[in-house]
Amino acid sequence: MKNYLQLWLPRIVLAPSFFLILVFVYGFIIYTGYLSLTDSRMLPTYEFMGLSNYPKLFGLRHWKIAVNNLAIFGILYILICTIIGLLLAILLDQKIRAEGFLRPIFLYPMALSFIVTGTAWKWFLDPGIGLESIMHQWGWESFHFDWIKNRTFAIYTVVMAAVWQSSGFVMAMFLAGLRGIDGEIMKAAQIDGASGFRIYRRIIIPMLRPAFLSAFVILAHLAIKAYDLVIALTNGGPGRATELPATFMYSYTFERNQMGLGATSAIIMLIMIFSIIIPYLYSELRSEKES
Amino acid sequence: MVNKYLVKSLAASLVLSFSASQAFADDVEVLHWWTSGGEAAAVGVLKDDLAGKGVGWKDMPIAGGGGDAAMTTLKARVTAGNAPTAVQMLGFDIQDWAAQGALANLNDVAAAEGWDAVVPSALQAFSKHGGNWVAAPVNVHSTNWVWISKSALDAAGGNAPTTWEELVSVLDAMKANGITPLAHGGQAWQEATMFDGVALSLGNGFYKSALIDLNEDALGGALMVEAFNRMGTLRSYVDDNFSGRDWNLASAMVINGDAGMQMMGDWAKGEFLKAGQKPGSDFVCIRFPGTQGAVTFNSDQFAMFSGSGSSAAQEAMASSVMNPVFQSAFNVVKGSVPARTDVPDMMFDGCGKKGMADLAAANAAGSLFGSMAHGHTVPAGIKNAMYDVITGHFNGEFSAEEAAAEMVSAVAAAK
Repeated sequence: MKNYLQLWLPRIVLAPSFFLILVFVYGFIIYTGYLSLTDSRMLPTYEFMGLSNYPKLFGLRHWKIAVNNLAIFGILYILICTIIGLLLAILLDQKIRAEGFLRPIFLYPMALSFIVTGTAWKWFLDPGIGLESIMHQWGWESFHFDWIKNRTFAIYTVVMAAVWQSSGFVMAMFLAGLRGIDGEIMKAAQIDGASGFRIYRRIIIPMLRPAFLSAFVILAHLAIKAYDLVIALTNGGPGRATELPATFMYSYTFERNQMGLGATSAIIMLIMIFSIIIPYLYSELRSEKES
Repeated sequence: MVNKYLVKSLAASLVLSFSASQAFADDVEVLHWWTSGGEAAAVGVLKDDLAGKGVGWKDMPIAGGGGDAAMTTLKARVTAGNAPTAVQMLGFDIQDWAAQGALANLNDVAAAEGWDAVVPSALQAFSKHGGNWVAAPVNVHSTNWVWISKSALDAAGGNAPTTWEELVSVLDAMKANGITPLAHGGQAWQEATMFDGVALSLGNGFYKSALIDLNEDALGGALMVEAFNRMGTLRSYVDDNFSGRDWNLASAMVINGDAGMQMMGDWAKGEFLKAGQKPGSDFVCIRFPGTQGAVTFNSDQFAMFSGSGSSAAQEAMASSVMNPVFQSAFNVVKGSVPARTDVPDMMFDGCGKKGMADLAAANAAGSLFGSMAHGHTVPAGIKNAMYDVITGHFNGEFSAEEAAAEMVSAVAAAK
């Protein structure tokens, strides 16, 4: 009896969420995939018309801007977050005083939603009320910083706000990794006469490989699905200069009555995420099997 | 017809099992986005009128000017088989829904009350589908207005401009006086609103052929290049900090005397009135120079959702919407003008009276056109494709020639 219960209880408990995920995640992925093969406009229609939405999507200027912006945003966001997160973690790991006080300070931005971050940075970067105007009031009249209003540089302000938000979180991940490294290894290396820099470069950072991988996967999917930050910070502007695939998807599906194209862009985003997650899962599962 | 989606869609069957409430027979459930103070008060007028007829009102406000959020909610509700009874709608949305067969036929009320004779024919093009009335228009906003600060105008010579050249010289004079000549908010729809006036100032024929008929020769032609050149000229009178600014903040710049004028639809008047300014003495309202006699409009309408026929409550609501007393009371508050031409103008201020006279004259002269910026010339997909080009050019992405060429290809891609 007990064995029977032990066998079935986990399945019964998991069944509702399994079923909900099956329908609401995988079911709708398939549904979206099908919509991308139709000429759906305002409402879903179901007449199959093949893959013609895909070449049409990649012919759109607007989509090219969005993908270009994602490349700039994604690369800089992941790179800068990782570097800043790693530096902060290493500095905090030097057994400094007040670490318990400093750590949450760096971590707190993560507690805010991207909407709040976006709105706060919008005000801060606005030349009329933010940094530039404060500098002018303080007497630095030649100070000039209007990136958020500049078509070419606006996407970099999105990177700034996102990095500010996420690098503390990356720091926490690296800090956990650092704490997991045996202190004996460092001592051994010190006895061998290795410099601090060399210890980090040759021993510690290579040992943080799993933390790098997790940080990369988390940051990459945050970058691909980034929507609320852009909406709050620039709303895709100036002009259409900061559109990202996620804002493209929403606007084509729900505002422009081009649901077929919107679904197509959603599928492309899904493929991007899969191309990051699947190699990650594969390497994780393989190493589990090996051990 | 609505049931068709219900059966076909996986989403529908799932959501339906959770959705419970359906409005009672004698109630109307009204989906709208009139949530700001004055608008909400105006909706109250309609609600009271219906209560007098024994029809209950189930309010379903979805905030968000322009109604994008409301339209998204509507799609979800219709797909789920639970459509509201009455929905505030704009332009092509009405036609799109009517084409889906989702809207109730209002011919009986329309015939009994003689709507055909009092509603301008350019509006009827949106209120009717296949010759049948499917929506009741509440108001007519027009977009080719310029709102000028009286003191800034006096300092710049005192004469309201009537041609493009005069407009440029007034803007130059304002610039010389040290204020921002043109208050503008850098959002795609605001640039498109300005473009309505600019395109119309190049001739009614050009406006119709480029923005309504989508004639490729007009879309990419010399006049379109000139329209973008004029947009570029206007851009040079806007301050550098414009992008992302809301339209009411741009109005506030004119009200505070920081800026000379704003090119915006007649809803801007509400901002001036709220600030205690008087039309004529504190601010001046003129048609966009070169567009006198023509009007670009957008119109809020109520469409009734129904699987079959219209209910008594829906007909009562349509009749209340078209009531001249309501049309007058509502539009005085809203800043727009009545959607029927037989409403007396005594309750309206100077700008409102001018708006009503212009509307009637334009209707008679055949120079009443839908507003491109507000979805009354082309469906949403094409409208947004035009937005992309207009806002791109205004923000320096294209030269005027490139923008005209891009206009042709963007419209073709969105068709």
